[in-house]
Parts: sequence; structure tokens; C-alpha cells
Amino acid sequence: MIPAGFDYHRPADLASALSILQTHGDEARVIAGGHSLIPMMKLRMAEIAHLVDLQDITDLKGITVGDAEVVIGAMTTQAELIGHDGLAARLPLLREAALQIADPQVRNMGTVGGNVANGDPGNDMPGLMQCLDASYEVVGPDGARMIPAREFYEAAYFTARGDDEILTRIVIPVPAAGTGYAYVKQKRKIGDYATAAAAVLVGKGGASVAMTNLADTPVWSEEASAALAAGDIEGAVAAMLDAIDPQEDMKGPVAFKKHVAAVILRRAIAQAQARAA
Amino acid sequence: MANKMHVKLTLNGQQVEGLAEPRTLLIHFLRENLNVTGPHIGCETSHCGACTVDMNGKSVKSCTVFVAQANGAEVTTVEGLVNPDGSLGVIQEMFREHHGLQCGFCTPGMITRAHRLLQENPRPTEEEVRFGMAGNLCRCTGYQNIVKAILASADMLNAQKEAAE
Amino acid sequence: MNDQVMSPEQRAANLKGMGCARKRVEDVRFTQGKGRYVDDIKLDGMLFGDFVRSPYAHARVVSVDTSEAMKVPGVVAVLTAQDLAPLGLHWMPTLAGDRQMVLADGKVLFQGQEVAFVVASDRYAAADAVEKVVVEYEELPVVVDPFKALEPDAPVLREDLEGKMTGAHGPRRHHNHIFTWEQGDKDATEAVLAGADVVAEEMVYYHRTHPSPLETCGCVAAMDKVTGKLTLYGTFQAPHAIRTVVSLISGLAEHNIRVISPDIGGGFGNKVGAYSGYVCSVVASIVTGKPVKWVEDRMENLMSTAFARDYWMHGKIAATKEGKITGLWCHTTADHGGFDACADPTKFPAGFMNICTGSYDIPTAYLAVDGVYTNKAPGGVAYRCSFRVTEAAYFIERMIEVLAIKLGMDAAELRRINFIRKDQFPYQSALGWEYDSGDYHTAWEKALNAVGYDALRKEQAQRLEDFKAGKTRKLIGIGLTHFTEIVGAGPVKNCDILGLGMFDSCEIRIHPTGSAIARLGTISQGQGHATTFAQILASEIGIPADNITVEEGDTDTAPYGLGTYGSRSTPVAGAATAMAGRKIRAKAQMIAAWLLEVHDDDVEFDVDRFVVKGAPERFKTMKEIAFAAYNQAIPGLEPGLEAVSYYDPPNMTYPFGAYICVMEIDVDTGVHEVRQFYALDDCGTRINPMVIEGQIHGGATEGYAIAMGQEIAYDDMGNHKSATLMDFFIPTSWETPTYQTDFTVTPSPHHPIGAKGVGESPNVGSVPCFSNAVHDAFRPFGLTQSHMPHDQWRIWKIANDLGLHG
Repeated sequence: MIPAGFDYHRPADLASALSILQTHGDEARVIAGGHSLIPMMKLRMAEIAHLVDLQDITDLKGITVGDAEVVIGAMTTQAELIGHDGLAARLPLLREAALQIADPQVRNMGTVGGNVANGDPGNDMPGLMQCLDASYEVVGPDGARMIPAREFYEAAYFTARGDDEILTRIVIPVPAAGTGYAYVKQKRKIGDYATAAAAVLVGKGGASVAMTNLADTPVWSEEASAALAAGDIEGAVAAMLDAIDPQEDMKGPVAFKKHVAAVILRRAIAQAQARAA
Repeated sequence: MANKMHVKLTLNGQQVEGLAEPRTLLIHFLRENLNVTGPHIGCETSHCGACTVDMNGKSVKSCTVFVAQANGAEVTTVEGLVNPDGSLGVIQEMFREHHGLQCGFCTPGMITRAHRLLQENPRPTEEEVRFGMAGNLCRCTGYQNIVKAILASADMLNAQKEAAE
Repeated sequence: MNDQVMSPEQRAANLKGMGCARKRVEDVRFTQGKGRYVDDIKLDGMLFGDFVRSPYAHARVVSVDTSEAMKVPGVVAVLTAQDLAPLGLHWMPTLAGDRQMVLADGKVLFQGQEVAFVVASDRYAAADAVEKVVVEYEELPVVVDPFKALEPDAPVLREDLEGKMTGAHGPRRHHNHIFTWEQGDKDATEAVLAGADVVAEEMVYYHRTHPSPLETCGCVAAMDKVTGKLTLYGTFQAPHAIRTVVSLISGLAEHNIRVISPDIGGGFGNKVGAYSGYVCSVVASIVTGKPVKWVEDRMENLMSTAFARDYWMHGKIAATKEGKITGLWCHTTADHGGFDACADPTKFPAGFMNICTGSYDIPTAYLAVDGVYTNKAPGGVAYRCSFRVTEAAYFIERMIEVLAIKLGMDAAELRRINFIRKDQFPYQSALGWEYDSGDYHTAWEKALNAVGYDALRKEQAQRLEDFKAGKTRKLIGIGLTHFTEIVGAGPVKNCDILGLGMFDSCEIRIHPTGSAIARLGTISQGQGHATTFAQILASEIGIPADNITVEEGDTDTAPYGLGTYGSRSTPVAGAATAMAGRKIRAKAQMIAAWLLEVHDDDVEFDVDRFVVKGAPERFKTMKEIAFAAYNQAIPGLEPGLEAVSYYDPPNMTYPFGAYICVMEIDVDTGVHEVRQFYALDDCGTRINPMVIEGQIHGGATEGYAIAMGQEIAYDDMGNHKSATLMDFFIPTSWETPTYQTDFTVTPSPHHPIGAKGVGESPNVGSVPCFSNAVHDAFRPFGLTQSHMPHDQWRIWKIANDLGLHG
């Protein structure tokens, strides 16, 4: 498993990175932690002539915890996210989910930005961000724009980000005080993608429900969220089952995945409700 | 084909350098260019952890890091965990004491990861050890004695620290 | 205190001999990254080889165009079958008497099959060139189901065998049929079945899996054109056999071949066979005059080198209504893939599958095994097991459970009333084996008491009530297994591989200062031979284990032996070690008597010395004797103190064990939790309890993986579906259960030190134990059999099929 050759760039700031992308067009690609991209390159499923490493761009790092919103730099690793106590106090759902991603070494390299940006339906953060109604800041030749996570994912590996844009920050509104939360994931072992995973927020009069790896994009369901907000758990489950479209793979057949999706969602809802003030 | 680049690392406390294509994986640079063969190649897809090294104070899987990304980094391998006098470090000794290895192939990655785990969490519970070591596969031991060795290492390192204070 | 005045107990402790939990000598190197595995070997001018592999499971190879690949900078050669054919090396013999393509010769028979071998200056250039080789294929119909492969109009897979109606193991009745192997008395067994009170019948599938050691297979071939000597380093579990095979197929004289197995990163059967990579590396080294390294990656390992199991075992078991078993019938369909590359002794094309009467006194039995070709990877190796003993143990332990259901009996009690009794040993089994020793009832009662079996059953019954009352969605399964292995192949009279008798060997040299080196025909892959064989020797010759070097794996220095697999190292090479030690001791006795000026018969061995009988103050230590052996002219004795033993065991050994597993199962998600796993092993005399315990932990973890998720899966097109560690289940420390180990000691009566071997017992025993726990949880709802692996969706499906999801 040896990747094809490429030219390597390690720009010191965002402007330089964007200019390299401009110059090389679709021959160039950014790399964050690389734990999705490098395996693809090693399998020669991705051949990239120009690799743009974002690690030296300090603007892309850091976590800011505000009263109304939390801002996470795209190059923040999962380990840094887990290790941030202020973030865990304000948005405990993030740590709960991140601890269920991959393994310690991979979390040390894997970034939140990479996890949300590459459009792999197996990744946990996209569904989570949809649940939280986060927005992504992408910066391109024409400047910055915000894209809601709920509008970002188009199909597996296809997103609303342009090839000449870089995802820079994730902005997450802080849920109202007393909102219950849960991230429940069924997997075969540590390091595995979800067989089914559910992110749930539920509080006074509001709810948000998203699931992971049960379609070619993460699935946030407005109907399921509304049903749960109204206290109709089975309505929420039914709406979610309508929204997902799992495929058979080594984790199991479709009927199993649908059944487990419902079970996991119910468990996440129960846990979130138990945590709601 | 891309040209070779000049790569510098601080490896086990020493400045080292070499020429390599940017696509060279860190594990290959260590093993082939620098003859540091402690870290091994087990799966090549970042599942097994046999290639685990410490990079800038964090455990990483060097099969999934390009040497270009690692350029300028501080890297520690299992070879760097031996005491200055050449004797085994505490974790190495505890792996031996508690039979925490058999074929030895996963061992360098295990010990390197355990070294960092005990810096991150000097007094782990058994559950925390099992969770913290879950990025490293072993086919021989069933992990039971690895966990035992790491818990014993924690005790010994803590005792040494207290004695020094 | 010196050795002149120490007590016998102190002197014995000093030896660190048998029974001592001696720390491993290997670990000083391994823990600091100073092991030397094959990929660590670096020779001047070394080139790298890499394969072009087939994306199709069955296709004709129309053309192979290497011209673009040759233009890649650094590429030295690209070999195809056409290049190997003039040397007669485009095919190679398998260990099972079949032959296998080294590189695709006109067609491919499985996905991942080797088509061309690129040789380049480094692995990056080789990988680039692999991408540039253009192969034109014409797809052929694919057969992945062994039953469909035997249908009359099934595609012909092995065109090279067309018309050959006799194979290596007798008549072939169909173009995809390899052999039929029959044991026992068919007519008598069918008569018993016909007249029995009760007959339980079931199809028991032991799915295809893979040994997948953490280090993959690889080699470095170095042909020295000046000396004409080939040195071949590699991940070989049987280095001497590899040397002979290389000599036979290459035509190089055997003395011009030196095979070296360096440190091996786990084998578990994967590294017994001969692979295309070895042959191509040797040829490439001969052609280029440079050393050539080939190391497979994980996907190549899982797709092409030596799978294990894949046995469809149709069973019938007959019993009286009281539960006394009267007969066992088994017909197995064995999927061997595209080539029969099993690693079994020649006379046993289905290995020791005929140990399938297990721990039970079954008077009448019959076994037939049909070997079949399919479009899957070749292999059929013993994955931490002695030649299909895992399959046999799984079969009988499932059949016992199925019979218990039919009889409405407790499965522990059913086992108890059918065990071979202690007084029946040596026991002749209906399928032809002579079990050496055992005390199954004692082990069984100890195991049941240790886990509190009756209380567990009560808890399980309560849980069932709670489940039915809607208070819980979790069931408890109690898995029981009592297994008997047959290991230590084996007596040369009935065990050989490619005609090589399965003896093993040990050569000992005592140095003048009283230390020693022992060399063996085996090779450790993590078992710790350097530690344990020194312990055997320490006890036999009275030289401290710390003063004994154990060396294996270099065919230029080690005596010939058949290698390490099938738990044969301790039963065979361990016996050779003891026997060679006894030759040393016999000569030492003569030297001591001469030094003490008494008759040979007037001295006796005492831990680390010979003492004059009745005068313990008069003695010579082994250290003194060693010095004298080299430095004194002793009348009638040659100088020196050396011995060699080639040990041909009189019989196999029969380790056994009693395992119990308690499992919680979530019927809604299929998620399980192993709450308790108790493993009692009886491996006869115990050499190093620490090492034994480590073997049990490791083997049980492999068994856990196999039973609960690990599989080599193909789709209908023969596409491999589990070729990375994402989908091929190897549990981490998080999923792996903890184990309670226990033991009884029933020595082997025919082994010099009574040892039976232990490395494979936990894999053999734990797989049925985990599987039985899953089945047991659903027994009250009518489940009799559900095939492994019991991963989440399959457990969910059991519950779903039984209507437990409402």
C-alpha cells in the first residue's frame, strides 16, 4: 500500500494555501490530519498531484467557548477537542461523541475540520454537527461564506464546499440551558465506523435528531426533531426510519440496520431526556 | 515524479536528517532511511498500531503520516525509551516481568503508546488502560498481561516520582 | 553461598528448570525494538518485489503487457509465468500433493492471485510499476459455493487437471472434486443410527477465517553468484522443510541453500506453506544477482496466503434415551479454494478431523470428507490448531449440544455420562486414534464447581423469566466445552509432509566452562522457545537455564526438523531436547565416576551434579564434569560433551480442557458481553506456568475473534469482502474478555517429560465455548444451530427469526 507521488506544500497562512489551490485547480487537495485521505491515497483510490498541508496555519486552530456560540478551528484534533474542559462544560455532547471516534492515535491526528469536510458518510462529526445546527465557514477566492451543516452534504464525498475553498471554522450555537443530549453509537469494535449512531438534543420545547452512517450522507430529520419536540418518541423514530437509507455491508443487512437504528435512536432519546433539566 | 525533499527530525533526542520523497511514509523513513526498525508495519491502514511512535508529544501511527508532514517534528520510538545506561526502561521491564509480549511484533508500538498513556494519565484504572491502548492490536497475548504490565508500570513510575520528591 | 554448600532445593531453584515461571530471555531484545524480523533485514543492493494481482476470481488471462512498467525509474525486471516456464517454476507443489500456479498461467482462480512480479530498486518504485502492468482478462463464471462446485454443469476450475480422475489422495469423481477421505465403519454406523432411540442431525459450518499474524509473510532471497549459495531469509514456520522444497523445485543442491527464519511476528499456521512470493524472490535474485525482498501487505495477506477452516460438517449423533451416545456420523464438504494448499500430513488430507469423537466414548463412528475446488484463495492451514482439530472439536461440541436439546437434557450432564473414563486410557477411538491419557471427569467437576454452575443456571432461568415478563432485553448464555486435542505430529510411521517424516531434533554442546548451546529443528514465533527449552534442558542436565543458549531457524547450524505448528514443538522437539540431555547426562555420569574413582553405577544424578551413592559429600558438579570432558584424558572416552537426538514420537499427545463462558446478549442489537470465561487446561507436565497462561490468554482471544466476528467473506462474484482490519475482526484490548485460567496435570505416559503441548488448546476449546454460549442463550426459544461468526447482525437475526422482536 504505497501512494503515488505528489508535490508537497506547507503554506504558513490561509492566503497562500488558497493561492496554491487556485494555481493547481483540481490537481490540488488540502490535507489536515490525513487519516481519511492517506489510506485512500495508499489504496490509489485518490491520486493527488499537489498536497497542501494546513498544519502551519495557526488561524485554523483553537477553540473559543462563548456564551452563545462555540467556535472550533478546522485543524483542531479530536484529542484536543476531548481535552478541552471549557468546551466539555458548555457542549458535553462533543466530547461524548469524539470519544467514540477511532482510537487514541487516530484522534491525535484526525481533525474536526477534516472529519466534517470530506463527506465520508461513516464519519461521526457531520451528523453531530447537523444535530447541533452548526455552520461551517469556508474561505475561497471570493472570501468567506457560512454553510449550515444541514445543507453541506450532497452525497458520499460530495459537499457544498468548492474545490478552491477551505473549510476554516465550525460555529456551533450553544443549546439552551438544561437541554439534554446524547450520542449513542453501535459499532463492532474500537476504530470501527458506526453500524448506527444517533445524536440527540432535547430540551424545553425543542429537539434535534440526527443519525450517522445510515445513508450516503448524515441524516438530520426535521420531522423526527419536531415529533420529539412534541414528546412523540415513536413518531420521531418512525420519521427517522423514513429518512434513512442504509446499505448492506459487512456490518449487516438492511433490515438489521434499520432495526438497530431505531433501537439506538430510542436509547439516545432516553438518555438525552434523562439528562434534560 | 516529485523530487526528494530534505527532511529533518529530532529522533530520540538526536538531530537526524535525510532525503526522501514527500510521499514516503514516516514508518518507511524511520525504518529504511534511518535504520530505526523498532516500529513495525502490521496493517498499513492505521488499525493495528504496530507502527506507533510519539510525535511532538502525541502517539501517532507512523504508517499514516507522510514524512513531509513530520518534517521538523520531535519523534520518539521504542529505542528512545531505554534508560541512558542501556538498561530497560520501567515499562519495558514491566512488559518482561508480566509476560506482556510473545512474538514481540506489536511490542514496540504497545510500549511507545503505553509510555504516552502514562504521561497523559499517570494513575489509570484497568478500564482506562484498555480504552487508552485500544489503538494497538496484539495477536498473541490477549492483552491481559499487557494491561497488567502497564498498571504495574504506573505504580512503579509513581513510586519513583514520590521517592524523588 | 556457592554451589558447593547450597541445599538441593536452592540448587534446583538456581537452575530455573521445569515448572519455573522463568522470565523470557527473548524479551530483552523485543522490548527495546531490537528484534530482527524479516522486514528488518537490509542487504547491499537489495531490490524489492511486488505483485500484480488479479481483480477477478475466475478469468482467462489474455495478455500481460509489462512494457510501460519497465519504463518506471528503478524497475529492474517484471516476471510473468512465461518467464518462469522455461525454468519449470511457473507452478509449484503444494504441501497437500497438489500444485499451484506461482504466476497466473493462462487463467486466474481467485481474486488476488499473483499475475506478475515486479522487481525494483525500492518498494515505492515497485508499487508504481505494478500500476503500469496492463493485463487483459476475459471473465469466466465464478463458483464460490462448494456444493454448487460439485454440480454436474459447474464450470471447470482446474483445466490443468482435466481428465485426471486420480488425485494425490485417491479417485476424483468430478472436475472440481479433490478427494474423498473416509474413516471408521460406515455400515456399522448407519446401522446404529437406524436402530437408535434418538438421533440428532445438524449441519455445522465452521466458516472461513485467516490466521492473520501481526507480521505478514515475507522473505529476502540472496543468491551469491560467486559461491553459488542461496540464502533465503523468511517468515518460515518450517525452515528445514522450506530448504528441501526449494531444492526440489529449483534444482539447487540442498547444501547450497541456507534458509534462515529470523524472529517471526506470529505465525498461527499462516507461515507453514510455500508462497509465490518466495519462489519469485528466489528467481529474481538468481536472475538479477542481487538480494530481493518481498513482504506482503495486510490486504495481500488476507486475500492470498493461507486461509483456515471453511468446513461444512453434516452430522448425525445417535444415543439411548438415557443419553448414552451410541454412534457418530459426519460428512464434511471442505472448501479448499483454487488449489489444495492445505498443510496436513500426507496420509491425512483432512488432517486429524477424525478426532471428531472428541472426549466421548463413542463406540461406532464414520467420517467422510470431500475436498472441493472453488474460486477462493488456496490454503486450509491449521490456524493455531493441529490439522483440523479445531473443526473436529467444534463439530462434536456442537453435536453434543444439539443432542442435549433433542434429549431435553442438561449439556453438562450429557457430557459427564459420555466422557471416556480415566480407567479406559490408553483409549482406542472408533476413528482410529489411541488417546494416551486423560482424566476428563476430574477436570469437568473442577470447572463446574469453579464457576458455580448450578447457581449460574438458576440465574439464567430467572433472567429468562424476567425477559418473558418484559423486564429485560438481555439473555444469558452459558457456553460449555470439553475438548480433546491430538497434537505433536508425529510418529514418522504415519506422519510426513511431502515425504519428510515428522520427527524433530535437538543438538546440544556443553562448553568447557559449564554453559551450553542447544539447537533445534523448530522455530519460535512467539512461544518463547529460547526460554522454555532451556528450562527442560536445565532440569535434565543440571546446568542453569540462564547458561544455556537456544538457537533455532538457521538450516546451516540447526539439526533437521519439521518446524513449529500443530503444537508439536514441545511434544516432539521438547522430547528430543530431553533425550539429547539424557545422552549428555549418561556421558557425564561416566566422567564423574572416573573423576571420583568409583564405578559408573556407584554415582547418581542429584539436581546439578553426580554424587557417590551413600556418600553425598563426594560429588562432581556438571560444571566440573564439563571442564573435565574437554581437558582430561579419560580412558575409553572421546573428549567433549555433545549430543544429538532425533526424536520420533511413539504416539501423538492428547491435551484436553474444560472451558465455560458466561455471556450476556442484547437481543435487540445483537451486542454481546462476555461476563466470565473460565479455562481449565491439562497439558500434562507444565514447563513454564507463566508462558502457559500467556498461551491460553492469546489462544482464547483468537477463538473469541473467530467465534464472534472474524471471517474471510466473499460475494457471489468471488470478491473478497474482508481484506482490511476494518472488516476482518481482530479485537482490541477494549472488546477482549478477561480470562480465569486453571489446570489439572495428567502427564503423557509416552513423552520423556510427560508434556503434551498447550499453544493451540485455547483456540480449539474457546471457539465452541463462545459459540455454545450464544446458542445456549436462545435454546429456550427453540434454537438448535446458527452458523458462526456470531457477529452483531447474525445474533440479531437469530432473535429476529425466533420472533423475539415482537
